[in-house]
Amino acid sequence: MGTTTVSAEGLVKRYGEVRALDGMDLEIPEGTVLGLLGPNGAGKTTCVRVLTTLLRPDAGRATVAGIDVVREPQRVRKLIGVSGQYAAVDENLTGYENLDMIGRLYHLGGAASKARARELLGQFRLDDAGDRTVKTYSGGMRRRLDLAGALVARPQVLFLDEPTTGLDPRSRTDMWATLSDLVAGGTTVLLTTQYLEEADRLADSIVVVDHGKVIAQGTADQLKAQVGGEVIEVVVADAVRIPEAAAILADVGHGDATVDDHTRRVSVSVDGSRPAATALIDALRRLDEDGVAVLDVGVRRPTLDDVFLQLTGHAAEEAVVVNGEAGRTTGKGDRR
Amino acid sequence: MSTLAQSVSDGVTITKRNLLKIYRVPDVLVFSTLSPIMFVLLFAYVFGSAIEVPGVNYREFLMAGIFVQTVIFGATWTGASLAEDLQKGIIDRFRSLPMSRSAVLIGRTTADVGINIVTFVVMAVTGLIVGWRIRGSALDAVFAVLLLLAFAYSISWVMAVVGLLVRTPEVVNNASFIVIFPLTFIANTFVPTDNLPGPIKWFAQHNPVSSVTQAARELFGNTSPAYPPPDVWPMQHPVTYSLIWIAVILAVAIPLAINQYRRAAAR
Repeated sequence: MGTTTVSAEGLVKRYGEVRALDGMDLEIPEGTVLGLLGPNGAGKTTCVRVLTTLLRPDAGRATVAGIDVVREPQRVRKLIGVSGQYAAVDENLTGYENLDMIGRLYHLGGAASKARARELLGQFRLDDAGDRTVKTYSGGMRRRLDLAGALVARPQVLFLDEPTTGLDPRSRTDMWATLSDLVAGGTTVLLTTQYLEEADRLADSIVVVDHGKVIAQGTADQLKAQVGGEVIEVVVADAVRIPEAAAILADVGHGDATVDDHTRRVSVSVDGSRPAATALIDALRRLDEDGVAVLDVGVRRPTLDDVFLQLTGHAAEEAVVVNGEAGRTTGKGDRR
Repeated sequence: MSTLAQSVSDGVTITKRNLLKIYRVPDVLVFSTLSPIMFVLLFAYVFGSAIEVPGVNYREFLMAGIFVQTVIFGATWTGASLAEDLQKGIIDRFRSLPMSRSAVLIGRTTADVGINIVTFVVMAVTGLIVGWRIRGSALDAVFAVLLLLAFAYSISWVMAVVGLLVRTPEVVNNASFIVIFPLTFIANTFVPTDNLPGPIKWFAQHNPVSSVTQAARELFGNTSPAYPPPDVWPMQHPVTYSLIWIAVILAVAIPLAINQYRRAAAR
């Protein structure tokens, strides 16, 4: 592997009693994409704000391309591109004016800024909308423009803070395609996300954070391997029979069964000692004996959702609901 | 590029951005000019009928006061806009760029001088319609306008500090009204100060709002020997006294604003 482009050691940031960052360590090798995965309030945004020079940490050290973010922020800013969670584009300017302005503020010069703005509008399929004010843009278009803004100065390192949060599924898929092309180009990227699928699709390696600390890291496959073997699932026809189904699955599988009340889906992972199909047949036989009707059955590879659940004791999506709009605070009371 | 050239160029870029916003969202300009027109009409026709100023037509006396009050209100726009940019994350974007630290504030306050120039022109025309006249030399009149704008510019920097502190545009407006109303009313803006009760009279005669008003009145030629300025130094030397205040306000507010900009955005 090449050299390390982004590094953080023991970052701490306190807001009163709350430790938004509690000894966060990170390393991103040059030209790779690191997915920073965690629920709302886990410290992802705080971490990005420290690395992008917006926030001084209370303790710890961070460098980008070997330059200390606290001591020489202005040098760091020349090398990075930032695309934030809250789409920080100016809605009273046109898309073109936004990009042109950013180019000038990177000191590219007038002519180069104009040319780069047009080029990026084309690259992000915003040519037609380029001369309309951003106010008229859809959420997806704003995110694309925000991302384009981060790329104006062809940065060595790109920070993408929850690039698809709040987008509808179609725009999200669209954004993923855009990001895949981008990261294929070899830029070093730190991507934060609450979506396991997003980290799985875009990141070379994943760091799972919770309560301002790294709780696991590795490639998506390594993390999935931690969970163990495959997962068997059944969808129960009648909600009142769910507890029985959960008990049966827990019996044939490894560990407790996971229940999704809404979809009436009950799942459990199976350890490597026997094929998942055998365990599934076993489970179905016993469900049938007890007269628990099932609508659907399946065997699947574990997802990062399973990983997250096992590591943190709560599902990623669930945590989002529990925390609501907790923003940058890390106060999350109820863990399941 | 040298640091200074870079600051200037960044300041110009941000000023352009702010002026474009005024052009795209003209409501701001419309309302910041409509309210002074209302003030001119109210005072000229309602209060004017009850207030006597020896030797001067009240409408001529009034205009300098209205000008000062209006440009001060115009300056609140600086605070409200900065608070809005902070809220919308635009300041974060700017801070992640290798631009000059002071450019956002310089660009903001400079653009707001632009708003104040437009507001001033509209008010001056309204004044001319209701009977205000410039009776001094053209050069003095230009100097009066520059003094008004310079005073407003210094207040803009104070509002920048407020905007970055409170971080909500609505609160900026409400908070500054509490300060601006007494400041512009306990002064010679709308009434002669001679008959005010003791401490209020002292305040009114040392209030920079009064000295700027007095200076504008003299420079526009809207004074009369029949009504000489009060015998206190600030009122006898209104231009010098006003310039001292402007310099002091800028010297205090600019570093405070820049410091607050760095802290406010660094949450």
